[in-house]
Amino acid sequence: MPESGPETQLNGAMSKVKSKKRNVEEDEEELFTRDSGHLDDSDEGNDDLSDSEESVFSGLEDSGSDDESDDDEEAEEIDSAEEEADINENGKSTSEAESSEPSTKTAGKPQTEDKTAKNRKLKKEKHEAEKDETEEKSLKSDRASGLNTSSQVDEYDQDTSDEEDIRNTVGNIPMEWYKDYPHIGYDLDGKKIFKPIRSKDELDEFLDKMDNPDYWRTVHDKMTGTDIRLSDEQVDLVHRLQQGKFGDVNFNEYEPAIDFFSNEVMIHPVTNRPEDKRSFIPSLIEKEKVGKLVHAIKMGWIKPRRPKDTTPQYYDLWAQEDPNAILGRHKMHIPAPKMRLPGHEESYNPPPEYLLTEEERLAWEQQDPEDRKLNFLPQKYPCLRAVPAFSRFIHERFERCLDLYLCPRQRKMRVNVNPEDLIPKLPKPKDLQPFPTTQSLVYRGHSSLVRCISVSPSGQWLISGSDDCTVRFWEVSTARCLKTVEVSGAVKSVAWSPNPAVCLVAVSYGETVVLINPGLGDKLICSATDQLISSYEEPEEAKEQAVQWAVAEGKDHDQGQRLILTHPKAVRQVSWHGKGDYLACVMPDDGSCVQVVIHQVSKRRTQNPFRKNKGMVQCVSFHPIRPYFFVATQRYVRIYNLIKQELTKKLMANCKWISSMAVHPGGDNVICGSYDCRLAWFDLDLSTKPYKVLRHHKKALRSVAYHKHYPLFASGSDDGSVVVCHGMVYNDLLQNPLIVPVKVLKGHTITHDLGVLDVAFHPTQPWVFSSGADGTVRLFT
Amino acid sequence: MGGLQKKKYESGSATNYISRNKARKKLSLSLADFRRLCILKGIYPHEPKHKKKVNKGSTAQRTFYLLKDIRFLLHEPVVGKFREYKIFVRKLRKAYGKAEWGSVERLKDNKPTYKLDHIVKERYPTFIDALRDVDDALSMCFLFSTFARTGKCHVQVIQLCRRLSVEWMNYIIASRSLKKVFLSIKGIYYQAEVLGQTITWLVPYQFAHDHPTDVDYRVMATFTEFYTTLLGFVNFRLYQTLNLIYPPKLDGKGETDLKADFEEDYAMDSESYLEKLSALSASLARVVSTAEEEEAEMDHFPAEGEDMEKMEARVKAQQEEDKHKKLFEGLKFFLNREVPRESLAFLLRCFGAQVSWDKSLCIGSTYDITDETITHHVVDRPSLDKQYINRYYIQPQWVYDCVNSKILLPVEDYFLGVTLPPHLSPFVEEKEGDYVPPERQKLLALQRGEKPVAEQDEEDEDEEEEEDEEEDDDDDDAEEEEEEEEEEEEEAEQEAKLKDMEQKRTQGKALSVKVTPGKATPDNRQRLEQEEKAEEKRLAIMMMKKKDKYLYDKIMFGKKRKVREANKMAAKRKALDEASKSDRRKKSKKQ
Repeated sequence: MPESGPETQLNGAMSKVKSKKRNVEEDEEELFTRDSGHLDDSDEGNDDLSDSEESVFSGLEDSGSDDESDDDEEAEEIDSAEEEADINENGKSTSEAESSEPSTKTAGKPQTEDKTAKNRKLKKEKHEAEKDETEEKSLKSDRASGLNTSSQVDEYDQDTSDEEDIRNTVGNIPMEWYKDYPHIGYDLDGKKIFKPIRSKDELDEFLDKMDNPDYWRTVHDKMTGTDIRLSDEQVDLVHRLQQGKFGDVNFNEYEPAIDFFSNEVMIHPVTNRPEDKRSFIPSLIEKEKVGKLVHAIKMGWIKPRRPKDTTPQYYDLWAQEDPNAILGRHKMHIPAPKMRLPGHEESYNPPPEYLLTEEERLAWEQQDPEDRKLNFLPQKYPCLRAVPAFSRFIHERFERCLDLYLCPRQRKMRVNVNPEDLIPKLPKPKDLQPFPTTQSLVYRGHSSLVRCISVSPSGQWLISGSDDCTVRFWEVSTARCLKTVEVSGAVKSVAWSPNPAVCLVAVSYGETVVLINPGLGDKLICSATDQLISSYEEPEEAKEQAVQWAVAEGKDHDQGQRLILTHPKAVRQVSWHGKGDYLACVMPDDGSCVQVVIHQVSKRRTQNPFRKNKGMVQCVSFHPIRPYFFVATQRYVRIYNLIKQELTKKLMANCKWISSMAVHPGGDNVICGSYDCRLAWFDLDLSTKPYKVLRHHKKALRSVAYHKHYPLFASGSDDGSVVVCHGMVYNDLLQNPLIVPVKVLKGHTITHDLGVLDVAFHPTQPWVFSSGADGTVRLFT
Repeated sequence: MGGLQKKKYESGSATNYISRNKARKKLSLSLADFRRLCILKGIYPHEPKHKKKVNKGSTAQRTFYLLKDIRFLLHEPVVGKFREYKIFVRKLRKAYGKAEWGSVERLKDNKPTYKLDHIVKERYPTFIDALRDVDDALSMCFLFSTFARTGKCHVQVIQLCRRLSVEWMNYIIASRSLKKVFLSIKGIYYQAEVLGQTITWLVPYQFAHDHPTDVDYRVMATFTEFYTTLLGFVNFRLYQTLNLIYPPKLDGKGETDLKADFEEDYAMDSESYLEKLSALSASLARVVSTAEEEEAEMDHFPAEGEDMEKMEARVKAQQEEDKHKKLFEGLKFFLNREVPRESLAFLLRCFGAQVSWDKSLCIGSTYDITDETITHHVVDRPSLDKQYINRYYIQPQWVYDCVNSKILLPVEDYFLGVTLPPHLSPFVEEKEGDYVPPERQKLLALQRGEKPVAEQDEEDEDEEEEEDEEEDDDDDDAEEEEEEEEEEEEEAEQEAKLKDMEQKRTQGKALSVKVTPGKATPDNRQRLEQEEKAEEKRLAIMMMKKKDKYLYDKIMFGKKRKVREANKMAAKRKALDEASKSDRRKKSKKQ
């Protein structure tokens, strides 16, 4: 409505500042008029026009005027924003209806008009009331405009903000340029403007600040150098600007917006500008474009838009399968394994044994989902109808998807090993006979564990030493105890002299080694032995010896004891040289220099072969043929050449603690038993490391022994078994020894965690003796 | 000794592999796009042989791809499409933000799409390759086709999956290639043999899924995208091999049969045809309409390197297979409304039966419940009010068990209200030493043509005997151990005797010297031999190398565990049987 109003009517000019309240319409109008090049002030007349028009249609409602308070009007005013659209409509309709009405309708009417508006409950009325109010205000502004005409003349002098103060003509320059001059610029006539005399110093300033009540509203004008006291309006303006408000108090920035270009078709054009000629002439460029498109459609290049068919099209993809398409990739491809097929337990109605029992179910629930053997609980349903949906179905399919694209794949060769093939092919034990197979005799009599046994060189007698402080002599073939010799300590070691010409046994207990003539067998030999011992003559110069040699007398002599050797320390092992003259004794003591002593029986002489011993000596042995001496410490076996008096070899046993050692009758092979269940076979010609390590026993090995003639060796262990092995040593140096276990002999009962303590072979027969912690000696044949 | 010193990790396996992040950067794709690409192209990580070498000395956990694979991905046209799509999404978002609905429309119309045909061809250069890999595709499609159309994925995808799975089922019916079926608690497993390939798929029971929150449906959707493409092409090709029209059409007879009055009520026009297809009750139209599809009797020729015996066996197997295909030929089934219709209809049609159901249950019922010629009525409720005399009322498990056992089982065990015999998995192939449930043994006997033993007690005895035998058939080692023990016992006995003797002797008391005629101990030579052998073995085991011993122990441990499990199962079964027997006895006594 207002936009369609003619612009030509010019009323009294009204300054922006002075206008009390303006409509949005008015504002819009202003914008337009500015565009069209009019002066601001000249356009204000539109207000009046619109107002007058409004008054026209507001006058329409005049008929039913009544008394109503003005207070209501104001309340209604607030609603006005909402009714913008209505205003437009109404305005339009009314303007159409009442265009002929005179524009100069009564200005004094508003009140009555307002009252009529109140009476009606329609929206129309409300908005009308609002309009009335604006009308009223505009009337006021009319009056004001008349007053302003005089001030308008002044404004022409300084009509832009830049030239507000034109007393100083230097322009907009930094004023410090005039710092050093007495003047501050030039006035309109080109005369210097002198700086006011600044008599004020800091103190004055301060006093001024304290005394002057207007100090806070005094500002310094740089251009003129004067102090200006701001008026109340100016202060107010500053405050408003500081708060970010409009400088004009009366300006309402929240005026209701009116949709200027609306979808409503107006009867009047927005602008009165005549249409351009070009708008009547068809565009050539467009014609060209359209022509192209039409041609393209004609030719079928462009298809008019049609709904897309989203269903996929299938065809024979593998119509021609060319072998070239099979790339190297496909050979590299590792196909994903198929899903595992379900077993009986997954059935909805499985056999009852596949259902989990209560404990199994609990165990299943407590397991981690990854550890479970089945990823579901087997269930049984009486009928198919009762089967529910599987709650983890989507999960499982999803996991399969993850496996397919996320799981690293690797080609793994699964070798199906037949476990039988892993077992080494060994010659049959049957072909390696003879070897002891069955237990044939048990020698009973000892009341405590039997630590040591020894067989006479003839093989007819057996001696055993026990912790019950006795030494017993047995006849091998009958298991009869022929003689018992009581000693004053647990017997640690016994050894029958290998010399068949003498009948002498070395027995060690405590710190003592006794040489006993058992008086068994050939009487001649026995007496010859006695004679040999008694024929000893004291040498001229008696050497100081570490061991005391004494001849047994009295009761001991009757028992068969002949010589008593008292050592400084406890003797653990005695070992004869092959000839039967030398006797080696072991007194294990870490760090001592006297651990091994060698006695010469015929001369009753003792020598300490080592100045120093490394480690604790476990056992010693003489080489059967050559002048070598084997000393086993905890981890090594050292071989000394007795003639050259030097270390020849040092064997590394690869075990923690050697318990026993035996030398092959050929002299080139040594076996060591250890407490960590191992038996190491050394081939001295081959290496200082074990040729073979056997772990036959489950517990510590106590003793090992070689047979003198047969290729046999045996080991006794704490697990109560004796393992007899075939250990063939070939004369051919190129052929390694053949080791085949042939028999596990069991018989000893384990007492106090000890089983077999000693093993010994019969010198001529393939028989093996074993003594155990159960107080028995057993013969296996 | 010239030449530059070789630097570490610049050749060999370190350069053949690429970590996932690097691969992603090389392809300049986001992780989601990379994942999608890998799924579509079938690229999977590889586990390098020496992980540390590949990882350049680090032991951090990484997944590695073959560098060749990644290079191969570089030239994939789909990657370009991904980027286009990304741009499309961005534009669309912008248009939405600006509320430019026109451009939104335009953009939506021009949504970039891509095809996976070339990828299918590339991944599966031959049809057989594709067929081999169709297992997962089927399971996935069947799963998606059961989804509700509620926005977990696009409705079109669900429809497509349904269509493809129906097509597949129709093909299986037409080719009669179903072999095994298994009702598990997870769903129903089907196994078919298509063109010589064994294909297994799993169909969930017809229930609404409660969608888990910890499942990434985007991954599943990407898989489905590929699988639907693959399955579509596979179906097309399979239909072609049988001269069937693709997309499937019902043959003329079937179509007229299915013209029901209430068709319009049942489904929308667009879906009614699919529904009719999925009813699985009518056969499909063929390209060359040959009513008599009876194949000419094939002559059998021995294949190369095959002797007559083998050929005969082959012929026999072929005949058996043919017989299996016609298992339900001539039978007429009616499905009550509470049984799983689709599964049973599929199964029965696969083996040549006629099948129908209540008209209100599903489209495509061909005859009514009152039909006199119905031979079997499948019911899954304890009792039925109105029963017809001339038909068997059976529980659905009968059908499944018949298919698996390849014979028509006696219907007595499957009557209404009868406790069903256990449903066994047809996929288990018993090896020696495995536990075989007694039902399975009975079934095997039945298949061999033996008569089932009538009396329960006798059966039980049989079972027990069998179990005993089983126990006897334990592993060698167990035997050995037993033998050992026995040996020891014997030895102990002997020793005891000896001890007695010795004691008597040592005590020196006057023995009542008596000469009794010695009994000739039966010389069990066989046993002795066995013992000897066992001992030999034990001794040889002692001489094994450490490495071999370890392996041997492991193998033996596995074997023993297997035996132990089998024994446990047998014992459990025995206990259960005894308990049930005593229960029965008690009941009978009470009566």
